[in-house]
Amino acid sequence: MPTTKRGSRLALAIVLSGAALTAHAEAGIDQRIDQAVRPFADAVAGFIFSSFEVAGVGVPYVLVWLLLAATIFTLYFRFINVRAFRHGFQLVRGDYSDPLAAGEVTHFQALATALSGTVGLGNIAGVAVAVSLGGPGATFWMILAGLLGMSSKFVECTLGVKYRNEYTDGTVSGGPMYYLSKGLAELGPGLGKLGRVLAVLFAIFCVGGSFGGGNMFQSNQSFKQLVSVTGGDASWLADKGWLFGVVVAVLVGLVIIGGIQGIARVTSKIVPLMAVIYVSAGLVVIGLHLPEVPSALGAIVVGAFSPEGIAGGAVGVLIQGFRRAAFSNEAGIGSAAIAHSAVRTNYPVTEGFVALYEPFVDTVVVCTVTALVIIITGTWDPSVDPSQGVALTSAAFESTISWFPWVLSVAVLLFAFSTMISWSYYGLKAWTYLFGESAITDAVYKVLFLLFVVAGASMQLGSVVDFSDAMIFAMAFPNVLGIYFLLPTVKRELNAYWADYKAGRLRKFGHAARRG
Amino acid sequence: MSKVLLVGIDGSECSVRALDYAAEWAAAAGHQLIVAHVIEWSPFTFNTPQENEERHRRREAELERAHLEIIDPVVVALRERGVQARGVIRHGHAAETLCQLAEEFGVSNIIIGKVGHSRIHAQLFGSVAISMVQVSPNPVTVVP
Repeated sequence: MPTTKRGSRLALAIVLSGAALTAHAEAGIDQRIDQAVRPFADAVAGFIFSSFEVAGVGVPYVLVWLLLAATIFTLYFRFINVRAFRHGFQLVRGDYSDPLAAGEVTHFQALATALSGTVGLGNIAGVAVAVSLGGPGATFWMILAGLLGMSSKFVECTLGVKYRNEYTDGTVSGGPMYYLSKGLAELGPGLGKLGRVLAVLFAIFCVGGSFGGGNMFQSNQSFKQLVSVTGGDASWLADKGWLFGVVVAVLVGLVIIGGIQGIARVTSKIVPLMAVIYVSAGLVVIGLHLPEVPSALGAIVVGAFSPEGIAGGAVGVLIQGFRRAAFSNEAGIGSAAIAHSAVRTNYPVTEGFVALYEPFVDTVVVCTVTALVIIITGTWDPSVDPSQGVALTSAAFESTISWFPWVLSVAVLLFAFSTMISWSYYGLKAWTYLFGESAITDAVYKVLFLLFVVAGASMQLGSVVDFSDAMIFAMAFPNVLGIYFLLPTVKRELNAYWADYKAGRLRKFGHAARRG
Repeated sequence: MSKVLLVGIDGSECSVRALDYAAEWAAAAGHQLIVAHVIEWSPFTFNTPQENEERHRRREAELERAHLEIIDPVVVALRERGVQARGVIRHGHAAETLCQLAEEFGVSNIIIGKVGHSRIHAQLFGSVAISMVQVSPNPVTVVP
């Protein structure tokens, strides 16, 4: 019976996580949790990031996999990231929204929700690490990866909407689990079997990613930032990561278990404001250093191709840039397709156009602002400890706006919180895909999620970053592999829509129509 | 010649007076009357994934509630009085949506109450009536 099979899989998952968290009884609580999770985290990271050597630098296969996919998608859809950019904006603005459908989830809302899951610590901490280890040139490759990643998001989100499940109670559920299983099944029984395997693999990695990058990394980094603004090592909080973890877990628990949507709703409104404040402050810093901007841009371009004193030379720079872009905008990972699929539209491909803006805003705008601030203020330092990502960005802003670290701390906490809420949703969708929907499976996932919040705040960053990167990147293997088979399907959708659009057969509404 | 009137209602006392006024006018002159209710909503809000997932269901519930509690009883009562009445429910910004409806249905006059449900909101951001008077392409009658 499928239910008992699901039940036993669930039991196994609980036992494994429970064992990992309760092992070891020596040392402080923080160290104990760290020791318990580290061997597992290291093993997973080692496997996912297995790499080959180019010019003395290890290149992880998964980066090549993501970048190759983004490039192929860009070429296959003849630079859709450029072609549909303007039309995507018209859709977000609501030019094509039928007033009779008012009250449904709009393109803007789907994009905003997906963005608040991706704009976060990767844009602040990750970029600082990339620029420090890879030099200014890393920015160049980061932007390039962001532009190519737009095409990946286009494909994912189109498929996410096309193959979502619509239930009789009026709710919708979408994401790679569904397009991998349903989409490949349409192509034949053999591929259908492959599709189901890929969907299950994706769901497993997605649950892992929701515990890792979507959770532990967030609680870990926000704790680090809180310690550093309250006095660094001398802070009363310095050795109380578990306490911070418990407080955050309670807050997250109130939202995801207590159903106190008010907290989530407030956060979802403050986070975009914080993002605007962050980018504005970045622009102010850049503006105050205007004379240095040309040399910074020069350093970015020169550093991209012929860097000095960077481990691995140009390849090393490229890897730092690509790695951070991929981690920050999640293009090809599949997570965004879950958030985007809630939109109400008759044309799945329109959500693909709208999704182009996600890597654009996340990587090309926000990450670039962070990178420029760090380069212009000369704060980057090749000998930096990667665990000090937020601190480095904080110092860069502080050198121009002395009180900004406080604002940044609030932003970091809020970004972390909203990313956790988003990922708890992604993870839950994957979890219920695996174990079925019921009150018990729901509750088990949520309790595990909260345990990982505590674990994240207690662990040393090294193992947290590796584990979270690993699980999130692992999602890209089944996702991208399945997408290759579905490319002709997306192309048919795109061509049919694009022909209508070009011929003016699509009805315009609202302001655009009135303007003529 | 028969015209089309549009009255916006939200269930508040003032909107009941606006409705009575519009009903008398329509009955006396033999005009058609469109009774509209706008559910306050914006396409540019920031939502949680959970809210988005349930949005369609909530919208259905909002529409049903508006039909049952606000529009349907009014339309039935108007028809009993012999007024050619029609109910419309839309999501959107109240003033903008009423103007759109006026354009859509070829309305010649719009009737609304001076204050709706949220007095505090009106004090802070201006009332629907004031915005209507400013933006409407048609004559607007504001009933106190």
